[in-house]
Amino acid sequence: MTVNLSKGQAVSLQKSDGGTLTAVRMGLGWQAAPRRGLFGRRTQEIDLDASAVLFAGQQPVDVVFFRHLVSDDGSVRHTGDNLVGGAGQGGDDEAILVDLQRVPVHIDQIVFTVNSFTGQTFAEVQNAFCRLVDETNGQELARYTLTGGGRHTAQIMAKVHRQGEGWQMTALGTEANGRTFQDLMPSITPLL
Amino acid sequence: MAAELVRGQNHPLPGSRLEIRVSAGGPVIAAVTLGDEAGRLRDPGWIAHLGSPPLPGLEVSRQAAADHRIAVDLEALPEAVHRVNVLLALSTGAGRSLSFGALAAPVVAVTGPDGTDVAGYTVTGLGTESAVVAVELYRRQGAWKVRAVGQGYAGGLAALLEDQGLPRARESAAAVEEGIAAGAARAPAPPPARAGGEVRGRRTAPVGGPPGAQGTAPEALPEAPPEAAAALRPAPAGPPAPPAPPAPAASGPVDYRHPRRTPRAAAAPPPPVPPPSARPETPDRPVAGDGPGRSMEERLHNQVWGMFEDLARTTAAYRGAVDFADSRMEREMDEALADPRSRLGPGAEAARARAGERRAELVDRARAALERDLAQLTAESEVVEPALPPAFARWDSPVWDAYRVPAQAPMAVRLGDLALPEHSGLRVPMLVRLPLERGLWIDAGRASSAASPTADPHRTRRLAGELATAVAGRLLAVHPAGELTVHVLDPTGSAGPALAPLTESGALREPPATGPQGVAQVLAGLTRRVDLVRMAERTRATDALPPDVDLAGQLLIVHDFPHGFDDRAVTRLRYLADEGPSAGVHLMMVADREEAREYGPVLDPLWRSLLRITPVPDDHLADPWVGHAWTYEPPLVPAGSQVLSRVLGRVAEARRRYGR
Repeated sequence: MTVNLSKGQAVSLQKSDGGTLTAVRMGLGWQAAPRRGLFGRRTQEIDLDASAVLFAGQQPVDVVFFRHLVSDDGSVRHTGDNLVGGAGQGGDDEAILVDLQRVPVHIDQIVFTVNSFTGQTFAEVQNAFCRLVDETNGQELARYTLTGGGRHTAQIMAKVHRQGEGWQMTALGTEANGRTFQDLMPSITPLL
Repeated sequence: MAAELVRGQNHPLPGSRLEIRVSAGGPVIAAVTLGDEAGRLRDPGWIAHLGSPPLPGLEVSRQAAADHRIAVDLEALPEAVHRVNVLLALSTGAGRSLSFGALAAPVVAVTGPDGTDVAGYTVTGLGTESAVVAVELYRRQGAWKVRAVGQGYAGGLAALLEDQGLPRARESAAAVEEGIAAGAARAPAPPPARAGGEVRGRRTAPVGGPPGAQGTAPEALPEAPPEAAAALRPAPAGPPAPPAPPAPAASGPVDYRHPRRTPRAAAAPPPPVPPPSARPETPDRPVAGDGPGRSMEERLHNQVWGMFEDLARTTAAYRGAVDFADSRMEREMDEALADPRSRLGPGAEAARARAGERRAELVDRARAALERDLAQLTAESEVVEPALPPAFARWDSPVWDAYRVPAQAPMAVRLGDLALPEHSGLRVPMLVRLPLERGLWIDAGRASSAASPTADPHRTRRLAGELATAVAGRLLAVHPAGELTVHVLDPTGSAGPALAPLTESGALREPPATGPQGVAQVLAGLTRRVDLVRMAERTRATDALPPDVDLAGQLLIVHDFPHGFDDRAVTRLRYLADEGPSAGVHLMMVADREEAREYGPVLDPLWRSLLRITPVPDDHLADPWVGHAWTYEPPLVPAGSQVLSRVLGRVAEARRRYGR
């Protein structure tokens, strides 16, 4: 069963039988919104990029994004850059795999962000979502749909943080501006 | 609400009284077998089916039907029972389906006595199997749980019972079938079978291991004749069960992830469920050849590189955590000292102690995570090392005893071992792809690192010569006869003792070239060969090469550089280092860079184009992922070992035999 998250909502990453999750996938999918123009419905390519920033305390220690696909410790992996988004519906266009058991002990938060690398605002993106999937069995745990519109070029989607022995995901959904995650750092810090 | 289980998943049971409902696409037999602590089916009386006498705590519906209801009272079961297997089998009467592949997937639902759902499981992916263990209830630390098993058997009920360790599985299976026949006689007409039009998964044969192989059931069963399973196997049902399918080594709670590697994006179908085992909580036992690839060699190569990457990354995680702990402690100490009023008070003392404790605690946890990964990698290394073929093996590996000249060149060769200071006992083979993209430079000079501060220069020089011989010997040994020619330049003749294994065995085609003249001659020959081959490749006229060009790969060992080399020879060496690899000419320099300084910067490109390895352990190699400095350990032949001479003798003999 999927939990449809709203902004600020948190979901605990515990399995229904009490075990903790071992590996999750943060999937991101989007489509370019059709624009009315001289030639009717013609979509423009939009390159959204998913990034994951690993924090120890308040301090960013590693980043997984399209230029650095695997965190140094190997626990967080980006499946590769997608430059144009989903031609169809539904599937993940970019995904970041997190092996929660292998995340180094000092990392206590992982923040997932989405940037529009091509600079278009989210007003031109439709059907964008971010979802968290239990990688071991493909079950969707939580889905967060990006509210359409908005004249921002980035969004801080969610964070996964340690909660006791396990992990918890919190939907953030904060709007920000920037083409890569570096531009977002000032916006991320208050959310930790 | 009910949990929908996937294969291998388990779920706690709320109470001891349960009902298990089974519905299949056609008439099936539902039966229950009981297992003891080791998961073994002790005697035929522990099978509950529709023709059997009732067992305490179990009630099985009395007909072969599409729907079954099994009532279980776990508390009423005998004390020795630790496992309750719910199995489905196809009756082998005429006109019945012979495999589950022809039926819709059976659905098993576990409910409480009042009908509340506990767990459900759809047994998917069945093909030629005619019997399947659908779910099992098992006792773990006093509590009962249900696990989705879905283990099918193409050999039918007899194979299934045999796998559970039942002596006289054939008779028992026959008894069950008889009981079923009797039951079927009084059963109402089965509902029309839904024609199974669905395409089944890729399962072709059961994956269960033979008893004994999993360490669950003890020795093979002498009473059960080998033909037991075959006798009852419905012949047209599909391929027979393989005699000894590889038994998944794992047990206990099923972890779908590879023990170390992160799952790929497109998750592969879940691995086969390991058969139940009585030894829970043991981690996955690694197996050799557990990497992607088409041949065993490629799989081992990729596995070794996977281990290398895992070791690099897990160490990066550890170092990152320790760095963070250190910096946090320092920050906290600074904060404690920042306020001049409280700097000397007991509060500051406590704050400092607290900071230190917090650091120690984090480092301990990081160390524990590292130890966990290292244990896994060490276990993997222990199974991988003995499985390595000669090209990847250490010189002390027993594969060299059975060495034969190969018919095919390997994809890679071992150039040494790599280790990190955190775990110097765990070494990863350093495998380099063949043909070598870069030449090798064996540094005869003083090691740059602190790894061997008191190295004796003469000893280092001697070891460098021996290392060159060991590497060249290995390259010769792993190439088919005559496909690699080794040339040696030894202008001053000082490398004679180190070269002995090569010269005495006859593996060299020509004796080492000495004197400036000999050097010039060999270099000219190789330069000409590179020129001709490159020219022929450019014009796509490789068949027009003159007959005297040796098309085998060429390895040039250069001893004693730069003594006895003139400017012209140095220029040629640089040319060979740059252009040789693409034309099959590889360079191995044994040299001390300090001594070559007199040539000035003209030689820098030469060093840069070569891969530096050292005759003594030295930490100068970086991995491609996180850039740790790895300690390289040279693959020297163990002192007193004759393995290299023996192997090279075989190489020379094979070459003579093939006339190359």
